[in-house]
Amino acid sequence: MNWLALGVVVLFAGLIVVFWLLARRNGDAKLRRLAAYEVLERAISYAVEDGTRVHVSLGRGEVTGPNSAAALVGLSVLRRVGEIAGDSDEPPVATAGEGALGLLSQDALRGAYRSLGHPYSYDPTLGRVSGLTPFSYAAGAMPVMADEKVSATALIGSTGVETALIASAGNRSRSLVVAGSDSLPAQAILYAAASQPLIGEELYAGGAYLGAGSAHLASLHAQDVVRWLLILVIVGGALGKLLGVL
Amino acid sequence: MEKKRTAPISTAVAILTGLVVLAGYWLASGQEGGLASTVLSLRGNLLNTAMLLAAVALVLGSINLLVVHIGKIRHGSKNALYSFFLILAMEFTFLVVLIQGPQGTLADWLFTYIQLPIETSLMAVLTFSLVVALLRLLRRRLNLYTAVFVFFALLTLLGTAPILGVEVPMVSDFSRYYAQVMASAGARGILLGVGLGSVATGLRILLGADRPYAE
Repeated sequence: MNWLALGVVVLFAGLIVVFWLLARRNGDAKLRRLAAYEVLERAISYAVEDGTRVHVSLGRGEVTGPNSAAALVGLSVLRRVGEIAGDSDEPPVATAGEGALGLLSQDALRGAYRSLGHPYSYDPTLGRVSGLTPFSYAAGAMPVMADEKVSATALIGSTGVETALIASAGNRSRSLVVAGSDSLPAQAILYAAASQPLIGEELYAGGAYLGAGSAHLASLHAQDVVRWLLILVIVGGALGKLLGVL
Repeated sequence: MEKKRTAPISTAVAILTGLVVLAGYWLASGQEGGLASTVLSLRGNLLNTAMLLAAVALVLGSINLLVVHIGKIRHGSKNALYSFFLILAMEFTFLVVLIQGPQGTLADWLFTYIQLPIETSLMAVLTFSLVVALLRLLRRRLNLYTAVFVFFALLTLLGTAPILGVEVPMVSDFSRYYAQVMASAGARGILLGVGLGSVATGLRILLGADRPYAE
Protein backbone atom coordinates (compact mmCIF):
# COMPACT_ATOMS: atom_id res chain seq x y z
CA MET A 1 0.00 0.00 0.00
CA ASN A 2 1.33 3.43 -0.96
CA TRP A 3 1.03 5.22 2.39
CA LEU A 4 2.79 8.37 1.17
CA ALA A 5 0.27 8.95 -1.63
CA LEU A 6 -2.59 8.24 0.78
CA GLY A 7 -1.08 10.72 3.26
CA VAL A 8 -0.83 13.43 0.59
CA VAL A 9 -4.46 12.88 -0.46
CA VAL A 10 -5.69 12.96 3.16
CA LEU A 11 -3.63 16.11 3.87
CA PHE A 12 -4.95 17.74 0.70
CA ALA A 13 -8.56 16.87 1.61
CA GLY A 14 -8.05 18.15 5.18
CA LEU A 15 -6.63 21.44 3.90
CA ILE A 16 -9.55 21.89 1.49
CA VAL A 17 -12.04 21.37 4.33
CA VAL A 18 -10.20 23.82 6.62
CA PHE A 19 -9.89 26.50 3.93
CA TRP A 20 -13.49 25.90 2.88
CA LEU A 21 -14.74 26.53 6.41
CA LEU A 22 -12.52 29.62 6.67
CA ALA A 23 -13.69 30.92 3.28
CA ARG A 24 -17.35 30.49 4.26
CA ARG A 25 -16.72 32.43 7.47
CA ASN A 26 -14.45 35.16 6.12
CA GLY A 27 -16.07 35.72 2.72
CA ASP A 28 -13.97 36.98 -0.18
CA ALA A 29 -10.34 36.00 -0.29
CA LYS A 30 -7.54 37.78 -2.10
CA LEU A 31 -6.26 36.04 -5.19
CA ARG A 32 -3.20 36.91 -7.21
CA ARG A 33 -3.94 38.68 -10.49
CA LEU A 34 -4.56 36.29 -13.35
CA ALA A 35 -5.08 38.29 -16.53
CA ALA A 36 -6.75 35.48 -18.50
CA TYR A 37 -9.70 35.13 -16.11
CA GLU A 38 -10.01 38.89 -15.57
CA VAL A 39 -10.28 39.39 -19.32
CA LEU A 40 -12.73 36.48 -19.64
CA GLU A 41 -14.97 37.86 -16.90
CA ARG A 42 -15.04 41.25 -18.62
CA ALA A 43 -15.70 39.59 -21.98
CA ILE A 44 -18.71 37.73 -20.55
CA SER A 45 -20.19 41.02 -19.32
CA TYR A 46 -19.55 42.70 -22.68
CA ALA A 47 -21.14 39.75 -24.48
CA VAL A 48 -24.32 40.16 -22.41
CA GLU A 49 -24.40 43.89 -23.18
CA ASP A 50 -23.64 43.84 -26.89
CA GLY A 51 -25.76 40.80 -27.79
CA THR A 52 -22.94 38.42 -28.61
CA ARG A 53 -22.25 34.93 -27.37
CA VAL A 54 -19.65 33.21 -25.19
CA HIS A 55 -18.42 29.85 -26.44
CA VAL A 56 -17.01 27.34 -23.96
CA SER A 57 -15.14 24.45 -25.54
CA LEU A 58 -14.64 21.57 -23.15
CA GLY A 59 -12.09 19.49 -25.03
CA ARG A 60 -12.34 15.74 -25.45
CA GLY A 61 -11.18 14.37 -22.11
CA GLU A 62 -13.12 11.28 -21.13
CA VAL A 63 -15.10 11.73 -17.94
CA THR A 64 -14.11 8.21 -16.89
CA GLY A 65 -10.44 8.69 -17.76
CA PRO A 66 -7.42 10.34 -16.14
CA ASN A 67 -8.04 13.59 -18.05
CA SER A 68 -11.43 14.09 -16.45
CA ALA A 69 -10.25 16.81 -14.04
CA ALA A 70 -9.64 19.35 -16.81
CA ALA A 71 -13.04 18.53 -18.30
CA LEU A 72 -14.73 18.96 -14.91
CA VAL A 73 -13.10 22.38 -14.49
CA GLY A 74 -14.41 23.29 -17.94
CA LEU A 75 -17.90 22.27 -16.78
CA SER A 76 -17.61 24.45 -13.66
CA VAL A 77 -16.58 27.39 -15.85
CA LEU A 78 -19.45 26.65 -18.26
CA ARG A 79 -21.94 26.55 -15.41
CA ARG A 80 -20.65 29.91 -14.14
CA VAL A 81 -20.70 31.46 -17.62
CA GLY A 82 -24.28 30.16 -17.98
CA GLU A 83 -25.27 31.78 -14.69
CA ILE A 84 -23.82 35.14 -15.77
CA ALA A 85 -24.84 35.19 -19.43
CA GLY A 86 -27.73 32.69 -19.56
CA ASP A 87 -30.49 35.28 -19.67
CA SER A 88 -28.92 37.32 -22.48
CA ASP A 89 -30.28 37.41 -26.05
CA GLU A 90 -27.46 35.17 -27.21
CA PRO A 91 -26.90 32.55 -24.49
CA PRO A 92 -23.56 30.75 -24.13
CA VAL A 93 -22.89 27.73 -26.28
CA ALA A 94 -20.70 24.74 -25.39
CA THR A 95 -18.87 22.27 -27.62
CA ALA A 96 -17.31 18.97 -26.57
CA GLY A 97 -15.39 16.21 -28.29
CA GLU A 98 -16.75 13.38 -26.19
CA GLY A 99 -20.26 11.99 -25.76
CA ALA A 100 -20.53 12.06 -21.97
CA LEU A 101 -18.96 15.50 -21.84
CA GLY A 102 -21.54 16.75 -24.33
CA LEU A 103 -24.34 15.46 -22.09
CA LEU A 104 -22.74 17.01 -19.01
CA SER A 105 -22.41 20.34 -20.81
CA GLN A 106 -26.19 20.26 -21.39
CA ASP A 107 -26.67 19.42 -17.73
CA ALA A 108 -24.44 22.30 -16.62
CA LEU A 109 -26.34 24.76 -18.80
CA ARG A 110 -29.69 23.37 -17.64
CA GLY A 111 -28.54 23.86 -14.05
CA ALA A 112 -27.50 27.44 -14.82
CA TYR A 113 -30.94 28.21 -16.28
CA ARG A 114 -32.67 26.69 -13.28
CA SER A 115 -30.59 28.76 -10.90
CA LEU A 116 -31.50 31.85 -12.94
CA GLY A 117 -35.15 31.01 -12.36
CA HIS A 118 -36.26 30.34 -15.94
CA PRO A 119 -35.62 26.68 -16.76
CA TYR A 120 -37.92 26.76 -19.79
CA SER A 121 -35.56 29.10 -21.69
CA TYR A 122 -32.97 26.34 -21.79
CA ASP A 123 -32.25 24.99 -25.26
CA PRO A 124 -30.61 21.53 -25.30
CA THR A 125 -28.74 22.30 -28.55
CA LEU A 126 -26.63 24.87 -26.69
CA GLY A 127 -24.55 21.97 -25.36
CA ARG A 128 -23.15 20.11 -28.35
CA VAL A 129 -20.88 17.29 -29.32
CA SER A 130 -18.97 18.83 -32.22
CA GLY A 131 -17.09 15.69 -33.22
CA LEU A 132 -15.81 12.45 -31.78
CA THR A 133 -12.21 12.37 -33.05
CA PRO A 134 -9.63 15.07 -32.26
CA PHE A 135 -9.78 16.80 -35.63
CA SER A 136 -13.52 16.35 -36.16
CA TYR A 137 -14.03 17.95 -32.73
CA ALA A 138 -11.91 20.92 -33.85
CA ALA A 139 -13.59 21.06 -37.26
CA GLY A 140 -17.01 21.07 -35.60
CA ALA A 141 -16.09 23.74 -33.04
CA MET A 142 -14.49 26.15 -35.53
CA PRO A 143 -17.67 27.25 -37.39
CA VAL A 144 -19.39 28.02 -34.07
CA MET A 145 -17.09 31.01 -33.63
CA ALA A 146 -17.58 32.29 -37.15
CA ASP A 147 -21.33 31.71 -37.51
CA GLU A 148 -22.89 32.24 -34.10
CA LYS A 149 -21.92 35.77 -33.06
CA VAL A 150 -19.26 34.55 -30.63
CA SER A 151 -17.21 37.33 -29.05
CA ALA A 152 -15.29 35.22 -26.51
CA THR A 153 -14.18 31.61 -26.42
CA ALA A 154 -13.01 29.75 -23.33
CA LEU A 155 -11.13 26.60 -24.34
CA ILE A 156 -10.96 24.82 -21.02
CA GLY A 157 -10.49 21.08 -20.97
CA SER A 158 -8.31 18.26 -22.09
CA THR A 159 -7.25 18.88 -25.66
CA GLY A 160 -4.36 17.97 -27.92
CA VAL A 161 -2.63 19.84 -30.73
CA GLU A 162 -5.94 20.20 -32.62
CA THR A 163 -6.75 23.00 -30.20
CA ALA A 164 -4.57 25.30 -32.37
CA LEU A 165 -7.20 25.10 -35.12
CA ILE A 166 -9.96 26.23 -32.74
CA ALA A 167 -7.81 29.05 -31.34
CA SER A 168 -6.90 30.17 -34.87
CA ALA A 169 -10.57 30.20 -35.87
CA GLY A 170 -11.24 32.38 -32.83
CA ASN A 171 -8.48 34.77 -33.85
CA ARG A 172 -9.80 34.92 -37.39
CA SER A 173 -13.28 35.84 -36.19
CA ARG A 174 -11.66 38.47 -33.91
CA SER A 175 -13.01 36.93 -30.73
CA LEU A 176 -11.14 36.68 -27.47
CA VAL A 177 -9.64 33.22 -26.89
CA VAL A 178 -8.83 32.21 -23.30
CA ALA A 179 -7.38 28.73 -23.42
CA GLY A 180 -5.75 26.10 -21.27
CA SER A 181 -5.18 22.38 -21.46
CA ASP A 182 -3.72 19.63 -19.29
CA SER A 183 -1.47 18.46 -22.13
CA LEU A 184 2.02 19.95 -22.49
CA PRO A 185 2.10 20.14 -26.31
CA ALA A 186 -1.31 21.82 -26.31
CA GLN A 187 -0.13 24.33 -23.69
CA ALA A 188 2.90 25.21 -25.80
CA ILE A 189 0.68 25.71 -28.84
CA LEU A 190 -1.89 27.72 -26.92
CA TYR A 191 0.83 30.01 -25.58
CA ALA A 192 1.23 31.20 -29.16
CA ALA A 193 -2.29 30.74 -30.49
CA ALA A 194 -4.55 31.98 -27.69
CA SER A 195 -5.16 35.64 -26.82
CA GLN A 196 -4.86 34.69 -23.14
CA PRO A 197 -3.18 31.33 -22.42
CA LEU A 198 -3.56 29.44 -19.15
CA ILE A 199 -0.36 27.67 -18.11
CA GLY A 200 -0.16 24.65 -15.82
CA GLU A 201 -2.42 24.78 -12.78
CA GLU A 202 -3.96 28.12 -13.87
CA LEU A 203 -6.43 25.99 -15.83
CA TYR A 204 -7.82 24.54 -12.59
CA ALA A 205 -8.34 27.96 -10.99
CA GLY A 206 -11.20 28.91 -13.32
CA GLY A 207 -13.98 28.32 -10.79
CA ALA A 208 -12.26 30.35 -8.08
CA TYR A 209 -11.60 33.32 -10.36
CA LEU A 210 -15.08 33.34 -11.90
CA GLY A 211 -16.79 33.19 -8.51
CA ALA A 212 -18.07 29.62 -8.65
CA GLY A 213 -18.03 29.28 -4.87
CA SER A 214 -15.95 29.05 -1.72
CA ALA A 215 -14.99 25.42 -2.38
CA HIS A 216 -13.02 26.51 -5.45
CA LEU A 217 -11.21 29.16 -3.40
CA ALA A 218 -10.47 26.61 -0.68
CA SER A 219 -9.00 24.08 -3.09
CA LEU A 220 -6.85 26.81 -4.62
CA HIS A 221 -5.41 27.68 -1.19
CA ALA A 222 -4.88 23.99 -0.39
CA GLN A 223 -3.09 23.60 -3.74
CA ASP A 224 -0.76 26.48 -2.79
CA VAL A 225 0.11 24.89 0.56
CA VAL A 226 0.78 21.47 -0.97
CA ARG A 227 2.81 23.09 -3.76
CA TRP A 228 5.06 24.82 -1.21
CA LEU A 229 5.46 21.55 0.66
CA LEU A 230 6.49 19.87 -2.59
CA ILE A 231 8.96 22.66 -3.34
CA LEU A 232 10.47 22.22 0.13
CA VAL A 233 10.74 18.46 -0.38
CA ILE A 234 12.34 18.87 -3.83
CA VAL A 235 14.82 21.56 -2.71
CA GLY A 236 15.54 19.65 0.54
CA GLY A 237 16.09 16.45 -1.41
CA ALA A 238 18.42 18.16 -3.88
CA LEU A 239 20.41 19.76 -1.03
CA GLY A 240 20.52 16.47 0.86
CA LYS A 241 21.84 14.70 -2.21
CA LEU A 242 24.38 17.46 -2.78
CA LEU A 243 25.62 17.26 0.80
CA GLY A 244 25.67 13.48 0.72
CA VAL A 245 23.06 13.15 3.48
CA LEU A 246 20.54 11.30 1.28
CA MET B 1 -37.78 22.36 -5.44
CA GLU B 2 -36.54 19.79 -7.88
CA LYS B 3 -33.01 20.72 -6.96
CA LYS B 4 -33.59 19.70 -3.36
CA ARG B 5 -35.02 16.39 -4.46
CA THR B 6 -32.32 15.33 -6.95
CA ALA B 7 -29.06 16.87 -5.81
CA PRO B 8 -28.50 14.86 -2.60
CA ILE B 9 -29.00 11.54 -4.41
CA SER B 10 -26.68 12.32 -7.32
CA THR B 11 -24.13 13.83 -4.94
CA ALA B 12 -24.22 10.77 -2.67
CA VAL B 13 -23.86 8.42 -5.65
CA ALA B 14 -20.92 10.45 -7.00
CA ILE B 15 -19.16 10.60 -3.62
CA LEU B 16 -19.63 6.90 -2.84
CA THR B 17 -18.56 5.83 -6.33
CA GLY B 18 -15.53 8.10 -6.17
CA LEU B 19 -14.52 6.80 -2.76
CA VAL B 20 -14.80 3.16 -3.80
CA VAL B 21 -12.78 3.76 -6.98
CA LEU B 22 -10.17 5.76 -5.05
CA ALA B 23 -9.94 3.13 -2.31
CA GLY B 24 -9.17 0.56 -4.99
CA TYR B 25 -5.83 2.25 -5.61
CA TRP B 26 -4.68 1.49 -2.05
CA LEU B 27 -6.15 -1.91 -1.55
CA ALA B 28 -4.23 -4.97 -2.62
CA SER B 29 -6.42 -7.90 -3.66
CA GLY B 30 -6.63 -9.87 -0.44
CA GLN B 31 -8.49 -12.92 0.70
CA GLU B 32 -11.63 -14.05 -1.12
CA GLY B 33 -14.59 -12.60 0.76
CA GLY B 34 -12.47 -10.07 2.69
CA LEU B 35 -13.24 -6.33 2.74
CA ALA B 36 -10.45 -5.50 0.26
CA SER B 37 -11.68 -8.12 -2.17
CA THR B 38 -15.29 -6.86 -1.88
CA VAL B 39 -14.25 -3.24 -2.47
CA LEU B 40 -12.08 -4.22 -5.44
CA SER B 41 -14.88 -6.27 -6.95
CA LEU B 42 -17.31 -3.38 -6.44
CA ARG B 43 -14.77 -1.02 -8.03
CA GLY B 44 -14.49 -3.28 -11.06
CA ASN B 45 -18.27 -3.41 -11.43
CA LEU B 46 -18.57 0.37 -11.09
CA LEU B 47 -15.87 0.95 -13.70
CA ASN B 48 -17.56 -1.51 -16.07
CA THR B 49 -20.87 0.29 -15.57
CA ALA B 50 -19.11 3.61 -16.25
CA MET B 51 -17.71 2.19 -19.51
CA LEU B 52 -21.17 1.07 -20.52
CA LEU B 53 -22.65 4.47 -19.72
CA ALA B 54 -19.84 6.15 -21.66
CA ALA B 55 -20.74 4.04 -24.69
CA VAL B 56 -24.40 5.05 -24.35
CA ALA B 57 -23.25 8.67 -24.02
CA LEU B 58 -21.30 8.27 -27.26
CA VAL B 59 -24.47 7.24 -29.07
CA LEU B 60 -26.39 10.12 -27.48
CA GLY B 61 -23.55 12.45 -28.47
CA SER B 62 -23.89 11.34 -32.09
CA ILE B 63 -27.64 11.94 -31.94
CA ASN B 64 -26.96 15.38 -30.47
CA LEU B 65 -24.61 16.13 -33.39
CA LEU B 66 -27.36 15.10 -35.79
CA VAL B 67 -30.03 17.19 -34.03
CA VAL B 68 -27.81 20.31 -34.02
CA HIS B 69 -27.12 20.03 -37.75
CA ILE B 70 -30.77 19.29 -38.61
CA GLY B 71 -31.59 22.46 -36.67
CA LYS B 72 -29.04 24.40 -38.72
CA ILE B 73 -30.66 23.23 -41.95
CA ARG B 74 -34.16 24.00 -40.70
CA HIS B 75 -33.17 27.51 -39.64
CA GLY B 76 -31.36 28.08 -42.94
CA SER B 77 -28.10 29.02 -41.27
CA LYS B 78 -25.17 30.33 -43.31
CA ASN B 79 -23.37 27.02 -43.71
CA ALA B 80 -26.41 24.75 -43.91
CA LEU B 81 -24.96 23.01 -46.96
CA TYR B 82 -22.07 21.68 -44.87
CA SER B 83 -24.60 20.44 -42.31
CA PHE B 84 -26.47 18.66 -45.09
CA PHE B 85 -23.31 16.86 -46.23
CA LEU B 86 -22.43 16.00 -42.64
CA ILE B 87 -25.81 14.38 -42.09
CA LEU B 88 -25.59 12.57 -45.42
CA ALA B 89 -22.10 11.23 -44.61
CA MET B 90 -23.15 10.29 -41.09
CA GLU B 91 -26.23 8.37 -42.21
CA PHE B 92 -24.33 6.64 -45.01
CA THR B 93 -21.48 5.57 -42.70
CA PHE B 94 -23.98 4.40 -40.09
CA LEU B 95 -25.80 2.24 -42.65
CA VAL B 96 -22.55 0.82 -44.04
CA VAL B 97 -21.25 -0.14 -40.58
CA LEU B 98 -24.68 -1.51 -39.62
CA ILE B 99 -24.76 -3.78 -42.65
CA GLN B 100 -21.09 -4.75 -43.00
CA GLY B 101 -19.77 -4.21 -39.48
CA PRO B 102 -16.78 -1.98 -38.65
CA GLN B 103 -14.35 -4.35 -40.42
CA GLY B 104 -16.34 -4.44 -43.69
CA THR B 105 -14.76 -3.57 -47.05
CA LEU B 106 -16.74 -0.38 -47.61
CA ALA B 107 -16.37 0.73 -43.98
CA ASP B 108 -12.62 0.20 -44.28
CA TRP B 109 -12.56 2.10 -47.59
CA LEU B 110 -14.46 5.02 -46.04
CA PHE B 111 -11.95 5.19 -43.21
CA THR B 112 -8.83 4.82 -45.38
CA TYR B 113 -9.80 7.02 -48.29
CA ILE B 114 -12.07 9.62 -46.73
CA GLN B 115 -11.61 10.06 -42.99
CA LEU B 116 -7.85 9.50 -42.86
CA PRO B 117 -6.97 11.94 -45.71
CA ILE B 118 -9.29 14.59 -44.25
CA GLU B 119 -7.71 14.31 -40.79
CA THR B 120 -4.22 14.30 -42.34
CA SER B 121 -5.09 17.44 -44.28
CA LEU B 122 -6.22 19.10 -41.07
CA MET B 123 -2.89 18.11 -39.52
CA ALA B 124 -1.17 19.84 -42.45
CA VAL B 125 -3.32 22.94 -41.97
CA LEU B 126 -2.19 22.88 -38.34
CA THR B 127 1.39 23.60 -39.44
CA PHE B 128 0.31 26.81 -41.14
CA SER B 129 -1.91 27.73 -38.20
CA LEU B 130 1.10 27.44 -35.90
CA VAL B 131 3.29 29.64 -38.09
CA VAL B 132 0.53 32.25 -38.26
CA ALA B 133 0.03 31.98 -34.49
CA LEU B 134 3.74 32.57 -33.91
CA LEU B 135 3.71 35.68 -36.13
CA ARG B 136 0.54 36.91 -34.46
CA LEU B 137 2.14 36.36 -31.05
CA LEU B 138 5.09 38.58 -32.02
CA ARG B 139 2.67 41.34 -33.01
CA ARG B 140 0.26 40.95 -30.11
CA ARG B 141 2.39 40.15 -27.07
CA LEU B 142 5.97 41.20 -27.71
CA ASN B 143 7.73 40.81 -24.36
CA LEU B 144 10.63 38.89 -22.84
CA TYR B 145 8.66 35.62 -22.50
CA THR B 146 7.58 35.79 -26.13
CA ALA B 147 11.16 36.46 -27.23
CA VAL B 148 12.40 33.43 -25.24
CA PHE B 149 9.56 31.27 -26.61
CA VAL B 150 10.25 32.21 -30.23
CA PHE B 151 14.04 31.89 -29.83
CA PHE B 152 13.84 28.38 -28.41
CA ALA B 153 11.14 27.32 -30.91
CA LEU B 154 13.42 28.34 -33.78
CA LEU B 155 16.45 26.76 -32.12
CA THR B 156 14.57 23.47 -31.70
CA LEU B 157 13.61 23.56 -35.37
CA LEU B 158 17.23 24.19 -36.36
CA GLY B 159 18.46 21.48 -34.01
CA THR B 160 16.01 18.78 -35.07
CA ALA B 161 15.57 19.61 -38.76
CA PRO B 162 18.65 21.44 -40.07
CA ILE B 163 18.02 23.62 -43.13
CA LEU B 164 19.09 21.74 -46.31
CA GLY B 165 20.64 19.09 -44.06
CA VAL B 166 23.44 21.43 -42.96
CA GLU B 167 23.96 21.23 -39.22
CA VAL B 168 24.92 24.49 -37.58
CA PRO B 169 27.86 23.78 -35.21
CA MET B 170 26.84 23.53 -31.52
CA VAL B 171 23.13 24.11 -32.26
CA SER B 172 22.27 20.39 -32.13
CA ASP B 173 24.24 19.89 -28.91
CA PHE B 174 22.72 22.94 -27.29
CA SER B 175 19.17 22.06 -28.36
CA ARG B 176 19.70 18.55 -26.98
CA TYR B 177 20.96 20.02 -23.70
CA TYR B 178 18.06 22.36 -23.16
CA ALA B 179 15.50 19.78 -24.29
CA GLN B 180 16.83 17.25 -21.79
CA VAL B 181 17.63 19.62 -18.92
CA MET B 182 15.91 23.00 -19.09
CA ALA B 183 12.74 22.07 -20.99
CA SER B 184 12.41 18.83 -19.07
CA ALA B 185 12.65 20.68 -15.73
CA GLY B 186 10.07 23.22 -16.86
CA ALA B 187 7.76 20.47 -18.12
CA ARG B 188 7.98 18.63 -14.82
CA GLY B 189 7.10 21.83 -12.97
CA ILE B 190 4.06 22.36 -15.18
CA LEU B 191 3.03 18.71 -14.82
CA LEU B 192 3.29 18.97 -11.03
CA GLY B 193 0.92 21.94 -11.21
CA VAL B 194 -1.44 19.98 -13.47
CA GLY B 195 -1.27 17.03 -11.07
CA LEU B 196 -2.08 19.21 -8.05
CA GLY B 197 -4.95 20.83 -9.93
CA SER B 198 -6.34 17.43 -10.90
CA VAL B 199 -6.17 16.14 -7.30
CA ALA B 200 -7.84 19.32 -6.02
CA THR B 201 -10.64 19.02 -8.59
CA GLY B 202 -11.18 15.35 -7.72
CA LEU B 203 -11.22 16.02 -4.00
CA ARG B 204 -13.69 18.90 -4.39
CA ILE B 205 -16.06 16.45 -6.04
CA LEU B 206 -15.40 13.68 -3.50
CA LEU B 207 -16.16 16.12 -0.70
CA GLY B 208 -19.40 17.13 -2.42
CA ALA B 209 -18.17 20.72 -2.55
CA ASP B 210 -18.34 20.93 -6.32
CA ARG B 211 -21.00 19.28 -8.48
CA PRO B 212 -20.28 19.96 -12.13
CA TYR B 213 -21.99 16.69 -13.06
CA ALA B 214 -25.46 17.64 -11.86
CA GLU B 215 -27.53 20.52 -10.64
